[in-house]
Amino acid sequence: MQFMLLFSRQGKLRLQKWYVPLSDKEKKKITRELVQTVLARKPKMCSFLEWRDMKIVYKRYASLYFCCAIENQDNELITLEIIHRYVELLDKYFGSVCELDIIFNFEKAYFILDEFLLGGEAQETSKKNVLKAIEQADLLQENIDFQMRLFAGVMLPNMVSESSGLFQN
Amino acid sequence: MSPSVPLQEMIRAIRSARTQCEERGVIQRECAAIRAQFRQADNGGRSHNLAKLLYVHMLGYPAHFGQMECVRMIASPRYSEKRVGYLGAMMLLDEKQDASLLITNSIKNDLSHSNQYVQSLALCTLACMGSAEMCRDLAPEIDRLLRASNSYIKKKAALCAVHIVRKVHDLGELFAPAARSLLAEKNHGVLHGAVVLIIELCERNPETLERFRKTVPDLVQIMKGLVLSGYSPEHDVAGISDPFLQVRILRLLRILGHNNEGASDAMNDLLAQVATNTDSTKTVGNAVLYETVLTVLDIKSESGLRVLAVNILGRFLLNNDRNIRYIAMTSLQKIVGTDHNAVQRHRGTIVDCLKDQDASVKRRALELSLALVSASNIRSMMKELLLFLSSCPAELKAHSTSGIFNAAERYAPSQRWHIDTILHVLTTAGGDVRDETVPNLIQLITNASELHCYTVHKLYRALLTDISTQSLVQVACWCIGEYGDLLLRGECQETEPVQVTEDDVLDALETVLQSHMSSPATRGFALTATMKLSTRITENVDRIRSIVSIYGSCIDVELQQRAVEYNALFKKYDHMRAAVLERMPVIEKNSPGHTNGESMGDAIKDIQPAKMKQGEPLLALQPANQVCDLLDLLGGSEETLQPSPATGPAVPGLLINTASTAGGDLLDLLGGLEPALLAPAPTVPVYENEGVTLTLSCEKQSDTGLTVTLTASNSTDSDISSFTLQAAVPKSVQLHMKAPSGDSLPARGTAKVTQMVVLNNPNKVNLKMRVRISYSSQGSAFQDTVQIDSFPGLNAAGH
Repeated sequence: MQFMLLFSRQGKLRLQKWYVPLSDKEKKKITRELVQTVLARKPKMCSFLEWRDMKIVYKRYASLYFCCAIENQDNELITLEIIHRYVELLDKYFGSVCELDIIFNFEKAYFILDEFLLGGEAQETSKKNVLKAIEQADLLQENIDFQMRLFAGVMLPNMVSESSGLFQN
Repeated sequence: MSPSVPLQEMIRAIRSARTQCEERGVIQRECAAIRAQFRQADNGGRSHNLAKLLYVHMLGYPAHFGQMECVRMIASPRYSEKRVGYLGAMMLLDEKQDASLLITNSIKNDLSHSNQYVQSLALCTLACMGSAEMCRDLAPEIDRLLRASNSYIKKKAALCAVHIVRKVHDLGELFAPAARSLLAEKNHGVLHGAVVLIIELCERNPETLERFRKTVPDLVQIMKGLVLSGYSPEHDVAGISDPFLQVRILRLLRILGHNNEGASDAMNDLLAQVATNTDSTKTVGNAVLYETVLTVLDIKSESGLRVLAVNILGRFLLNNDRNIRYIAMTSLQKIVGTDHNAVQRHRGTIVDCLKDQDASVKRRALELSLALVSASNIRSMMKELLLFLSSCPAELKAHSTSGIFNAAERYAPSQRWHIDTILHVLTTAGGDVRDETVPNLIQLITNASELHCYTVHKLYRALLTDISTQSLVQVACWCIGEYGDLLLRGECQETEPVQVTEDDVLDALETVLQSHMSSPATRGFALTATMKLSTRITENVDRIRSIVSIYGSCIDVELQQRAVEYNALFKKYDHMRAAVLERMPVIEKNSPGHTNGESMGDAIKDIQPAKMKQGEPLLALQPANQVCDLLDLLGGSEETLQPSPATGPAVPGLLINTASTAGGDLLDLLGGLEPALLAPAPTVPVYENEGVTLTLSCEKQSDTGLTVTLTASNSTDSDISSFTLQAAVPKSVQLHMKAPSGDSLPARGTAKVTQMVVLNNPNKVNLKMRVRISYSSQGSAFQDTVQIDSFPGLNAAGH
């Protein structure tokens, strides 16, 4: 994966993760043009498009567009699954996640993404393991004394898992 | 994890700003506060500050002053600060920033930290933005982690290694042994990372690929486990067990089995199993099937398996989900060359997809349809394609028209059908056809001698309805000029004849001449057609005479020249007029090799990557020049009628072309004139300003190579020094500038500077060059840029 962008229906960027080195100016240009292109597409259209020399895979969940740019030899359908998996993770973590959660807790959205994808590739295919790792890392952050060891088997209280705002498709 | 209150307050404040201006104000205040905080000593709120800054950065505001703070935070012992610091590094620092090197040491330390979550942060950052130097420094660490750590770290280390190999290809060798041993792991995350790493290694190095071929049985085993195992809650997605891992393994198998019988045999059974057992009701199942199909088609699979794969694609084509249809067509495109018949079976569905709403699907369907056209289905396919053309989105029009022309060219069942098809295309999408269409069509028409009457009738009718499509109007004018007598005769077998008078025909041509919609080229066609009619009609010759004399004072130089020549034809050479303007001989197709010396024919290429077959005629026919040619035959010294060299460098090339095309016998007669006509590398002035002139001449060295010589001279009264030229060309063209003869231009043109530029145009794109001239004169520096669109001896458009 070359990059992932999350943006609202008004074109406001909510998250950007770049896995290729580009200057700030280039990133802004790509973001602006791609957002325009994706927002111009009608609802029932194909989730894949060829843009510049990249393949773009995007999917809309409620008011947020999740947009990835993949290499030419990558499997588009599995990328859709990756996007879906990320949304599921966000949903489990925030409990019925909606756009506001991602706005006010953007750094956590990044932490979750970094626990799921590394260098543009999926690092953990089990949802449970990703969530467990995040919980443990959060616990670590809570502890002021850094030397404290983590207890095995400590679980955070269960998150409510109804269908979330983001899943209204 | 408790939310960061200061951060959330700031976000709220920014969001409540009602105007852009207000928002900027809030952000400026916040940034000032953040900067002040950064300067202070360590307080508890450092991570909050940096988080605020990162939010501001995401909104698009500058945040570079936070870079050093990121570096400091990464070095902090507190996990909360490290976490935000690394996030900041990934967002604000990229490998191009110098500050990124400063974190290398911190990363190195954190890679060996006792806490795995700290290690994880370091690995994540390295894999996201590690530069080549950082990768080289830290590669041994990563290798160590690959071998001896827990699975949480191993999986991350594997992907980090992938990034390192992408940045520094040579380090692949370092990771190969570790990657091999990772395949024995049970943890899916580690397996996945290992497979990605092995894919990367094999793609880069063929020897590594050879070595990893031995792992095919292990991979098959793992896949079998995934496909046949029961329900595993941890990795299950809609009934498929760990689809991500399955897709990766299939991809690796594809690479290992490509062009290798042994490996392909070993995976045959497995692929058949996956293809038949995978549930295809949900996207995830289709993702696995898609990868399987790609693998089957790319290895040396047995024919039964191939048929199975193509059938899966056929099923995809019928799927309701547009995404799946798109995927199917992309894959079919890849195999349409090799498994043509298999794809033909699905032609109906593919043609139906032409009517889909989605532009991406349409594009795919168009590509496939064009590839599937054959002699047996040409009529029905063309009907569909023409229907598509009428509702086609603008960005696909040019591609469709050229595709249709190619198909018509190759499989036309009859000449009349061919002409009809081209006319149909011109009327629906004439604005998007290529420049060569007009001469091609003309050549086609002259070849179909029995259809002249039919053609001229159709074209006349088309002309009456609409004169905005230049290509159509040009062809129509040409035909009316040539075959006007057939039109006036008022009888035709194939189509309903029109009853026109000579005045009507002349009216039509005059409308074209006078219309503001007509391009200069079109008006040229119309004028020549009018002239030709003077020998084919009987009553209104005077009207033609007056038209021609009016245009003798036209502003357009080309029209004026023609009108003057025609005038002369009326006045001084009236006795020759009939002979000169008689019917054109049948035009032969011009093959690329058949020119005089220089292959000018190949030089006239179109911008689009032409799917044209070899031997496509590149005719630059102008009836006027043809006329001049014939006149050369008839009399050697008609100065007024000789094409003056001032018409531009295009003319010598054209004359040579027409000489070779207008029948072999003319060649001999013109043989004596050729050396004179082949102007020695004409020099064209391309730039003139403030006394500095730049001229250009070029010489074709080969089919794609060209040497351009730029000569500069200075006609002012003061010397010019530090004269330099820089040149830029379109992307696919290669440019090599030789050393200039000097860099000073003495006053009053006493000496010149020449510079040679060697160009290679392998894709034969439309050649343009932008030259930047810089020099200093009388103490001040000058700079200017000029764009060169046409090169003497090379034609951009074919007329």
